[in-house]
Amino acid sequence: MKILVCISHVPDTTSKINFTDGDTKFDTNGVQFVINPNDEFGLTRAMWFKEKQGAHVTVVNVGGAETEPTLRKALAIGADAAIRVNTPATDGFSVAKQLANVVKDGGYDLVIAGRESIDYNGGMVPGMIAGLTNANFINNCIKLDVEGTSVTAVREIDGGKETVSTSLPLVIGSQKGLVEESDLRIPNMRGIMMARQKPLTVVDPVDTITETASVKFEKPAPKGAVKLVSPDNLDELISLLHNEAKVI
Amino acid sequence: MSVLVYTESEQGKLKKVAFEVASYAKAVADQLETTVTAITINTDDTSALENYGVDKVLSVSNSELNTFNAKGYAEAIQQAAEKESSKVVVLSSSANSKYLAPLLAVFLNAGYASNVIAAPSNTAPFTVKRNAFTNKAFEDMAISTDVKIVGVSSNAFGLVETSGSATTEAFSPSITDLGIKVESVDKASDKVSIADADIVVSGGRGLKGPENWGMIEELADVLGAATACSKPVSDLGWRPHGEHVGQTGKPVASNLYIAIGISGAIQHLAGVNASKVKVVINSDPEAPFFKAADYGVVGDAFQVVPELIEKLKAFKAQQ
Repeated sequence: MKILVCISHVPDTTSKINFTDGDTKFDTNGVQFVINPNDEFGLTRAMWFKEKQGAHVTVVNVGGAETEPTLRKALAIGADAAIRVNTPATDGFSVAKQLANVVKDGGYDLVIAGRESIDYNGGMVPGMIAGLTNANFINNCIKLDVEGTSVTAVREIDGGKETVSTSLPLVIGSQKGLVEESDLRIPNMRGIMMARQKPLTVVDPVDTITETASVKFEKPAPKGAVKLVSPDNLDELISLLHNEAKVI
Repeated sequence: MSVLVYTESEQGKLKKVAFEVASYAKAVADQLETTVTAITINTDDTSALENYGVDKVLSVSNSELNTFNAKGYAEAIQQAAEKESSKVVVLSSSANSKYLAPLLAVFLNAGYASNVIAAPSNTAPFTVKRNAFTNKAFEDMAISTDVKIVGVSSNAFGLVETSGSATTEAFSPSITDLGIKVESVDKASDKVSIADADIVVSGGRGLKGPENWGMIEELADVLGAATACSKPVSDLGWRPHGEHVGQTGKPVASNLYIAIGISGAIQHLAGVNASKVKVVINSDPEAPFFKAADYGVVGDAFQVVPELIEKLKAFKAQQ
C-alpha cells in the first residue's frame, strides 16, 4: 500500500499569535513551527501500516524551503520519502490542488491529511483532495483498518461516533483518537541521522488560481476583569447569569 | 440567483442551527437584493423556515440519504445550487457540514470560508470574517470565485425572526455511488452534543477522578447542557476523546461555558474563546482561566458545585 501523509507546517500550539504589515501577515518572529497535531496522529497511524503491513509512506508539504525541517522531522519519525511542492501555501483550495496533483502522479492508495490545520483552521484540504481525485473520503477519522482494498473506519460525529466501510483509494481527515497520544513518536538520534539520507524531492507547483485571500487579521479585544463571586453567595452568580449575561 | 442555504435536520426535525443559517442567508440575500432558497434532506416539516427569511424550500426525500453521507449530500446541494443559479451557498459549521462543504466546493468550483462569524462586510469583493488560529484571531477573508460557500459558526450570528411565507417544492437530485457505507451509529440520543449545546459544563483534573463526574453531569442536566472535559482528563481516560475541548479537541462556541477544576492552558482557552460567557470554578485563585473568564468562583468544586446544583434547581422551579 502506498500512503501519502500531508504535513502542514504550523505554529506550535503554545504560540502567541501576532501580525505584521498592517495586520495582513502572520508574524513568524520567535515562533516555533511543528507538524500540525492532526497530521501527526495520521503520520503515526501510517507508521503502524508501514511496520505491520509493509506500507510505503511518503510525506508531502506545500511551502517554501523554510518548511523542510518539518518534513525532515516526519522522515526522522519513520516516513520513507518526502516531497515539497515549491510554492507558498496560500489558500486551502490551491493547496488541495497541488496535493491532488501529487496524489495523481504518485498513484497513492491512501491519503492522510489532518482534519484541519491549527493555524488557518480551514478544514477543507482533505475533502478537496478527495473531490479532486475522485477518491472515497472519511473525515474526523478516529479508527482506520485496511485489508487489501477493503477499509473499515470509525469517525467522530456530533455527540457520538459512526462505523463505516469503504474501499481504497481513500482520503481521510485524521485527528486525535486515530492513535493514542502516548503512541506519538519523538524522533531519536538514529532516526534523525537516517532522515538525512532519505530522499526529499522538491517539485514545481502546477498553475492554480487563488480563490480566497486573507485581507486582514485582528485579535480579540482584551477581556475585562473577571467578576468574582463568593462561594458563599452562589445566588449572586445565578442572578448575574440570568439578569446580566442573560444566558440562563 | 437565490442564496441557497442547507438546513440540517435530525430524525426528520429541523435543528436549531438550521434557523441560524437561514437567518444568515437572509442577511446575505438582503445585501444582494435577492431571495433565499433552502434545501432540506429528509425533513418532515419545513414550515418553520419561513419565519427566518426563507422564500422557497427544495425538499429532498431520498431513502439513500437517510444516514448522512458527505458525497451524496454534497451532490444534492450542488444540483440545488445549479437549479437556483445560486452565487452564495450557506451552511453551518457542524461536523457534517464541514465534512460535505469541501466536496461541494470542488463540485461547484467555489471558494469556501469556514467558521464564519458575521454577515459579509462587503459583497464585491465578497468578504467575510472568520475565526482563525483556533479562536486566537479573526481573519477577514475575500472569496473571488463566481460561487461562494460560507460555513457559519454556531451561535455566532444568532436567530433573526421575520414574517414571511415560503413555497415548498419537491426536489429529486440524482445521486451517484455514495462510496461510504454506514455500518452502525453509536450516539447517546438523550445527551446534548457539544456542537448543539447552548451551555457546556466542562471538568478538568481538579475533579480528581472519573468517579466524581456525577456532579458535572447533574449540573449539565439541570442546565440542559452538554458535558465536556480538558485534555489531561481525556488523556487519562477519565472521559472519552469526543468530550475533549481545546486546540486539538473540539472547539466550543456555546453561549455559556462553565469550567470546573480547569486551570486554563493556552490550548484549552483557544478552544473555548468563541463561547460568549465563561464561568470558572477553581480553588486556585492564580489559575490562568480567571483572566479569560467573565465570572469566577474561587472555591472547592466539591463544595461549590453541589450547592450550585441545588440553587439552580430552586431557580429553575421558580421560572
